[in-house]
Formats: sequence, C-alpha cells, structure tokens
Amino acid sequence: MTMQIADSVSLSASEAKARAKARAHAAAARDNLRTEPRAVRIVIIALAVMFLTVFVVLPLVVVFAQAFSRGLLAYFAALAEPEAMAAIELTLIVAAISVGLNLVFGLVAAWAIAKFDFKGKTFLITLIDLPFSVSPVISGLVFVLLFGAQGYFGTWLRDHDIQILFAVPGIALATTFVTFPFVARALIPLMQEQGTQEEEAAISLGASGLQTFFRVTLPNIKWGVLYGVLLCNARAMGEFGAVSVVSGHIRGETNTMPLLVEILYNEYQFVAAFAIASLLAMLALITLIVKTVLERHLDEGEDASDH
Amino acid sequence: MTIEVKNLVKKFGSFAALDGVDLKVDNGELLALLGPSGSGKTTLLRIIAGLDWPDSGEVSFNGEDALAQGARERHVGFVFQHYALFRHMTVFENVAFGLRVQPRAVRKDEASIRARVKELLDLVQLDWLADRYPSQLSGGQRQRIALARALAIEPRILLLDEPFGALDAKVRKELRKWLRSLHHEINVTSIFVTHDQEEALEVANRVVVMDKGRIEQIGSPDDVYETPATAFVHGFIGECIELPVQVADGVIRLGEQPLKLAADGLVPGASRLFVRRHDMLVGPPGSGAFEGAVQHVRNFGPVQRAEVALSGGETIEIDAPRDKELRAGDTIGLEPRRYRIFAG
Amino acid sequence: MGLTLSWLSVIILIPLAGLFLRSLELSPEQFWNILSSRRTLNALRVSFGLAFAAACVNLVMGSIIVWALVRYRFPGRRIFDAIVDVPFALPTAVAGVALTALFAEKGWLGAPLAALGIKVAFTPVGIFVAMIFIGIPFVVRTVQPVLQDLDPEIEEAAGSLGASRWQTIVRVILPSLAPALLTGLALAFARAVGEYGSVIFIAGNLPNVSEIAPLLIVIRLSEFRYADATAIAVVMLVVSFVIIFAVNRLQRWAQSRIPAR
Repeated sequence: MTMQIADSVSLSASEAKARAKARAHAAAARDNLRTEPRAVRIVIIALAVMFLTVFVVLPLVVVFAQAFSRGLLAYFAALAEPEAMAAIELTLIVAAISVGLNLVFGLVAAWAIAKFDFKGKTFLITLIDLPFSVSPVISGLVFVLLFGAQGYFGTWLRDHDIQILFAVPGIALATTFVTFPFVARALIPLMQEQGTQEEEAAISLGASGLQTFFRVTLPNIKWGVLYGVLLCNARAMGEFGAVSVVSGHIRGETNTMPLLVEILYNEYQFVAAFAIASLLAMLALITLIVKTVLERHLDEGEDASDH
Repeated sequence: MTIEVKNLVKKFGSFAALDGVDLKVDNGELLALLGPSGSGKTTLLRIIAGLDWPDSGEVSFNGEDALAQGARERHVGFVFQHYALFRHMTVFENVAFGLRVQPRAVRKDEASIRARVKELLDLVQLDWLADRYPSQLSGGQRQRIALARALAIEPRILLLDEPFGALDAKVRKELRKWLRSLHHEINVTSIFVTHDQEEALEVANRVVVMDKGRIEQIGSPDDVYETPATAFVHGFIGECIELPVQVADGVIRLGEQPLKLAADGLVPGASRLFVRRHDMLVGPPGSGAFEGAVQHVRNFGPVQRAEVALSGGETIEIDAPRDKELRAGDTIGLEPRRYRIFAG
Repeated sequence: MGLTLSWLSVIILIPLAGLFLRSLELSPEQFWNILSSRRTLNALRVSFGLAFAAACVNLVMGSIIVWALVRYRFPGRRIFDAIVDVPFALPTAVAGVALTALFAEKGWLGAPLAALGIKVAFTPVGIFVAMIFIGIPFVVRTVQPVLQDLDPEIEEAAGSLGASRWQTIVRVILPSLAPALLTGLALAFARAVGEYGSVIFIAGNLPNVSEIAPLLIVIRLSEFRYADATAIAVVMLVVSFVIIFAVNRLQRWAQSRIPAR
C-alpha cells in the first residue's frame, strides 16, 4: 500500500488525470471481452421482454380477462352447464386412457431402446418422434381412413356394430397417437445414461426380471416417468386438431373441452368459451410449474450420479 | 519486453486470490509460476493478459501502464489450459484467426496470411494437419496448435496456463523439451503456470513459487531447490522430510530427545526442520544427529528407500545409496548433510 | 422387444401406411389434378410460405431471447424463462381464441393496430402471428442449452487474439450455434406448417387467401372428398419426413464436427 501512495504522489495532477481516463477506457474494454455495451444489453433485454409479453403473456392474460368479463357468477354458471360438465368428464376419461396406454408402452419402448442394441434402432427413435412433427389434422385423418365408413376396417366394424369413429374409442386412439412420444422421449436419455450395470448387478444377486424392474429400474427413473406423464397428460387434455377430425362434434357426447371451446366461440358465447379455455390455461400453467419442479429433481439426480 | 507487477491485489468475495504480489520479468525470460491450486498463479497470469482485472496494483510492459489497455490491445499471446480452439474452424483457420480479425488498415493480404500460417504450422511441426478440425487432433497436437494460434499475432509476451496439464505423462515430457527449444528459437518473454515442480524446474530460466496469493520465492531452478527461502517452498519442492522440533535454550529437541545440531540464530519456540531424503547420511549408531531403527527397505534403481523410526518418536523415509545395504531391524545413526529450520 | 416393435407399428406405422395406401389408389393424374387445383395450391402456399416467414422471425427473436436469458441478469428473468414454454403447454384451441381476442379489431392489441391501419385478425397476418406464437419455444429451447454450454474461454481466446466483440460474435459464437439455430428453425417451421388449432380462429379462413392446408384437409373430409384430403395430407407428410431427416442429419453433422466434451 505504501508504495502505491508514494507512486500517486509522484505523479503530477495532469498525469494522474490522463491515467484515470486510460483506466476507465480499459475498464470498458474489460467488459467488452465477454459482454456487450450497456446500451446494447438494454435493447436486447427490452426486445426479448416485449416480444414475450406480446406473444405469450398477453394471450394468457386475455383468456382470464374474457372469462371473468361478466363476473364470477357468469363464469361459474358457464362451467356448470351440463355440456361443459360432459366435456370435462370426457376429457378426463380420454386423458386417463391415453396416459395409461402411453405410460406402459413408453416404458417398454424406452427400455428396449436404452438397454438393448438392435438393428433399426435409429429408425425406431425417428418413428417415436413422428407424431410430434406430423400435423394433428393428419393424425386424425389416418384414423378416419382406417375406421371411417369408407375406411379399411369400416365395413367390418359396421358389420360387428363397433363404433370407433365419432365415439370415445376414436378420440382416445387419436389422442394416444399424438401423445405417444412424451413418456418415451423423457425416459430414453435418462435410461441410456444410467446404463445396465445396476440391473446386471440385481440379476446377478438373484432378482427376477420383474423384481429388477420394480426395485431397481423404476426407482431410478421415477422423476423421468412423472415428467413424461405430466407432459403427456397436458397434451392429451388439450389436443384439438386430431380429436376435432375424429370426434364428429356430437354435443354432450363426443366434445372434449378444446372442442367445446371452439363450438361456444363460434356461437359467440364468449364468456362460456373463455371459461372452459381458462380451465385449460390453468392446466397449462400448473403443468409448467410442476415441470419446473420436476426438472430440478431430474438435474439433481444427474448431479448425484456425476459425482 | 519486460513486465513489472507491483503490489497486485485481487479478491473474489472474501477470498484473496492475490495478496500483494510484486514481480519483475526480464526481456526474453522463460518464467514459471509454480504453486498448488488456489495459490493465485492463474489469476496473476490472467491479469497480465487482460482477461481479469486487479482490485489494486500496477502492471506495466516496458514501463507502459498495461492496465490502461484491454486484452485485445495488449498483444499478449495466451494459451489456455484446455486450448480453447475454435471447434468449427480447421487448424489452418484457427491459426489464421488473429490475422483475419485485424483492423482493415493493418490486415495482411490473403497470400501473406497463408504464408504466415504455413510458417507457424511448420514451427510447431504440424503443417500436415492444416485441414483437420480440432476434434480430430490428439491432446498434444491441440496444445501445439493453440500455441501456433497465439504466436500468429506476433505477441509481445507469451502466457501459457498449465500448458501440459491435460496431457499424459509421456507427451508432457516430450513437449517440455520442445517448449524450451521453441522459446530459444522465438525468444519472446514467456510465463507459464504449473503445479508440477519437475516441469517448472526443468523448463524455466526462473521460477516463482506462490502460495495463498503471495510470492514465496523467486529464483533460478537451482536456487529454489537448493536454498528454499521458506518452509512452504521447502515442503513443496523436492521430496522432503519434515520434523516438528522445539528450540529452547540453544538446544533443538525432537520430542524429548535433544539433537546434536547447532541452534545458533534460531528463534526459540516450536519450529519445523526440513531435510531432503537423500541428504540424510547413514552412519553407525550414535554417529549423527538422529538415531533410529530401520523398519522396512525397498530398492528404487540407484537408491534404497528406508522407513526409519526415529528415537524421538517420528517415522521418516530416507533415500540412501546402495553401497551399504540396509536391513529391517538395523539401528542406524543419521546425519543431515543439509537442512533448514523454520520457526512456526 | 417384439412387443415394442409390434405396438409401435400398430399405433404409428399402420395408420401412416394406410394414408399412403390410400394415396396410391389415386392415379398420378388424379393426384396431380387435386394438388394443382387453385384452392389446394393456395392453401399449401399460405401454409408453407407463412410458416417459413414465421420460423425466420422465430429464429431472429428466439436468438435474441436466448441471448438475454443466458447472458444477462434482469428482473423477472426466471419468470420469462419459464413462460417461453407456454406455447408448448397451452392447448392450441385456447391459444387460438386468445390470440383472436387479442388481435381482433376491438382487442387490446388489435385496436391500436387498427388505428394504424393494420388489420391482423381474419387476415393472413393473423396466421403469421399465430405461427410465430407456436414456434417460439422450438428455437429458444434448442439454442439455449448450446449457448449455456459454450466454453467461455473461446471468447477470451478470440479477444486476446485481437477480435472485437462483434467479430467474436459473428466469427466464433454464431458458427458454434449454427447447427442448433438451423435445427430450431426447422422444428419451428415443421410445427407451423402443420398447425391447426391456434391458426383457424384468427385466420378468417377465406379460400385462396387465408385458408391453411390442414383446414382444407378438414373441409375436404367434411365434404367426404377423402381423395382430396389424402393427397394434401401426403404432400404435407412427405415434407415432415424430409424435415425430420434433415434435422437428424444436421445433428449428426454437428456432433461429428463438434463432439460433446
């Protein structure tokens, strides 16, 4: 410290001033090494915040504003309509069926892909992703082509008096199709990372295949399973395009919540439409919150296995 | 280019990475900053490069205030520990990068850039790798490309952060020799950081030993090895026996046992005695300052390493020549040929 | 194992194979006539053209959002980070009615825009807006992890070699992000092309002007013109395949050039 004081005393006032200026310039240069000038930072943050506000926050807010625009009473009255109740019930049933099916088959598919090597694995992974990148309308269309009156199985189904299209089975089937990737996609990387050593250890200790699965594999991937189920459920309850094509829009029978939103909206029953929409929006928000929590658990799991 | 560092302080929160460091580096030197991790050596290097900034203190190049310049104006070549090669560029483009980003007024034309890159790749003996990507190179090759890239801008100073840290033992040894001869060839003032004493002693002209943000000793490799200035340096460099001793009334004691060693000029109180393993001379019982019983002997090429239980209560390892075979159970006398005692 | 494969083929392959079989029943001439009809061509043009334009906007704005979220600290950053996923999670029908309400002539944003003479809802601009909405998470979530994992030392290296901040961004950072940016662009495009729910409410659905291809499929189905619906669907499906294939190749190329550390 003493040396420094001696130094600054020996400098003349003008020299000290020049040095301070140079230092300030260099301090700016230091900041520029890994970040941008303050003005640029502010502009970028402002653009990002504005864009997300206009395209994400406002649409969300508008749903609730419209739903409550005639007051709480009108809101709850709209939800208590038999049509609304029927739609909610159907949505829950369809979601339960497709989540259940995809849980089982997502687990099996992820297991097969992560723990075994076989020909056509890459093809299989691509196949699993497919429903994500196909238009939901096309997903609905393929079931119409299969089970519709002119479909491949149409005649047979009619002869045996089985109703798939324009009925709950068709809606469940189409929903299962579009939500197929979620569970498998959540589990494949997780199971690949964990490898097969623990399972091999369990089997060498005398555990049966099922015991190994329930006591070793499943506890290791439980957060991943929940994550997949969560996203699968959100999409299943909210699916519109595919379900719209196969449902036939029979009021009180084959209308799920998203379909009812459309019908009410087209009939200018805005409060009722947005009331149902607000339930779905809340589902989305809760899903996102739970997702954030689960992601934290998944990260921790990863960290634990790293160290 | 000379470098002068005065009273440099850098804190990260309450942790002082540099706690008042003064250092002068002469033109054309090859200097090693040696110390354990957390000693502040990398922080010092980064401050000299302009990648970090001190809380207080001075850095000057040839007497000019370096802290008034940002990293990109300092013309310092920096070789990162993990090389930081641009993975989307070929080896050639990596080396050419510093030339291509020069301001248009001083930028060389394409032909001169190509010639210069070729020259540098020849210098690091890797011209045949010009079209490869960094991911296709071995660790040692990446290291040399990172060096060529740093040299492309004709740096006034070359800084290397743990240049051999990520390489396996055999490649390290080869590259050490290579770096020394390269420095001889280009003769740029260079500083490298290492935690490996062998590396520092073998490659550098001068070694700076650091601990806890302070410089413990500056000297030639021989100096720091033969006459360590502090207890830390003695313990850190070379294989060492460390014994807790008491200095009182002109006598040095190990436990209760008085040692036949001169205590002139020593500060009374708890102290530590340092001896190199090979500086403990073996004699008949009663012949030296220490006495002990051999517990266990192993042979290492020209020396035998013996575990000896001293009568003061400590067990030490010594390296003795193999002319007189030691056996477990022997009682021997030990005389330190050279030793240092530090208070504390 | 066998179970997996058979389940997969039942749930995914058979339906898709059915679609292609159906399209094979059409003669090439019929197929061509359906596709070259003015209304079909215009629907495909609207879907692909606007989807590409929206994906480009997403690429630029998504990069800006990623940069702000990863590199800067500002109040509400974590909340903004979380709500990027809203377009993923919000049912498309809800997004559709919400965007329509927002951009309708009397809506919160529609009213001021109308005052400026810009009509969004029930025009192609509305489709464009809806496609931007649903595409944004694809770019952000593809690029964000790559920028986060980018080695800070490469920026220091570029700086110490004399590169200006701008040169560092253009020559070092952007090329490192390029595979992720292209993947995000492709995913956002694929999603926007096939999007139905969030678009049809705001689109106006005027044939030849603001009618998207998925809606035309639905209309043809309701008219029992299955051949027309199938032909349009096959074209869109082939494009989806090409995009998935391109994205997979892109990822593999990126990994071979820049292996994970």
